[in-house]
Amino acid sequence: MNEIINILSYTFMQRAVICGIAISFSAALIGVILTLKNYSMIGHGLGEVGFAAISLAIALNLPPISISIPIVIIAAIIIMLISQKKGESADIIIALVATGALAIGVIITTATSGFSTDSYNYMFGSILAMTQRDVFLSIGITIVSIIMYIIFYNRLFLITFDEKYAKATGINVTFYQFLIALITALVVVVGMRMMGTMLISSLIVFPAIIAKKFTTSFKGLVIMSVITSIICFMIGIFTSFFLNMPTGAGIVLVYIILLVISSICSKLAKI
Amino acid sequence: MTVLEIENLKVSYSNHTALENINFKINEGEYVCLVGENGSGKSTLVKTIVGLLKADEGKINLNISLDEVAYLSQTNLKDLEFPATSKEIIMSGVQKHKKLPFYTKKDKKDYEEIIKKLKIEDIQNRRIGDLSGGQKQRVLIARALIRNPKLLILDEPTTGLDYNITKELYRILENLNRENKMTIILATHDIDEITENKPRIIYLAKTIKYDGSLEGWKGF
Repeated sequence: MNEIINILSYTFMQRAVICGIAISFSAALIGVILTLKNYSMIGHGLGEVGFAAISLAIALNLPPISISIPIVIIAAIIIMLISQKKGESADIIIALVATGALAIGVIITTATSGFSTDSYNYMFGSILAMTQRDVFLSIGITIVSIIMYIIFYNRLFLITFDEKYAKATGINVTFYQFLIALITALVVVVGMRMMGTMLISSLIVFPAIIAKKFTTSFKGLVIMSVITSIICFMIGIFTSFFLNMPTGAGIVLVYIILLVISSICSKLAKI
Repeated sequence: MTVLEIENLKVSYSNHTALENINFKINEGEYVCLVGENGSGKSTLVKTIVGLLKADEGKINLNISLDEVAYLSQTNLKDLEFPATSKEIIMSGVQKHKKLPFYTKKDKKDYEEIIKKLKIEDIQNRRIGDLSGGQKQRVLIARALIRNPKLLILDEPTTGLDYNITKELYRILENLNRENKMTIILATHDIDEITENKPRIIYLAKTIKYDGSLEGWKGF
């Protein structure tokens, strides 16, 4: 315990914890909707798009976040739009966008600077290297997504549970699809710094999947996902620090262990 | 007062004409059964009326606000573990398309009255996937009724339900029509149990083959 208090006295660790809690909070919120609507892979797809955007930013010597935010938002909207209008399965579109973006990212990276520390950090995360600017950005974006989520909570529930009914009552479902895409894109962009483009989807998917095993209500799922997400992040960051593991990978490992335990407990509870 | 007027409606999808030359008016307080065999266009017509499908030609004039329309479809919950309680689902029915989705004290009072009326107080906190077919359908009726609709549109709501539940559902609909003067459009292939309110029958087979009283209808 003393060691945890000691490492929390470091500024880089304080920043990491603040950013991590903020990002875990917003990722868990949006993850509830994405997993229930079978859009679980969108976080992964947008992570790959983020990688392509960051490769472009590094090649052009521009700030990665300012390039990746618009590109990831556009990609999220395109995925939602095509799956809505064309009736294609979201998985197929996400796979096409993700592999296409990854290919573009690799081509840009190898044609310019090659795989530098910067691109490696964005691929696998570097939460301990977060700057004060990253902290403000993470908190700002998290607050925006939480406010949007609270205002439209009941509507998001209705659309997630029964989209046809929502359409039949005149609700503009497309607008809310865009809202979900926007929040997801923002979470992915800020989460990339912490988890990396390769692992960001875990932050979105795992909390809801674990929490779903223990709750029967949507409200319960939202609350449990947030709690699960923050607890796993805290365990993951300190474990990875003490065991000298990459933080993003450490957090995913905690999620996997918790998922296995929760699956066993949930099966036992049904016996 | 005419609640709904349909003029020269034509709907097609995948190069197949599902409905054509559809014309009828529905007045306030009417109980209309859209009947026909599988593939006759009943569901297509209902989905077009509520805006889930687009018409190729013709007009649908709804003379009341969309907020006064409630829609009930088949219970086709794919994910039985979907975490949503009966209460959450019923309350979601009060949402109006042009208003922010917050629930008022009146909405909560209406909710209490409706669950009492439909006798579902004891299942209000249970997960929808854990309920029986009849209980699920009553929850979805409650979601429709909490809007206090003037027009209730139902798309084959008894599919997959057993005889007793079907009979119970029809009894609820007949009461709503008789006591609340609610206009009802019911797409169904099974009208044996509807006799009390003597509904108007619209028999569809791509186009309207019969539009009149139950007594005058000679069957498919």
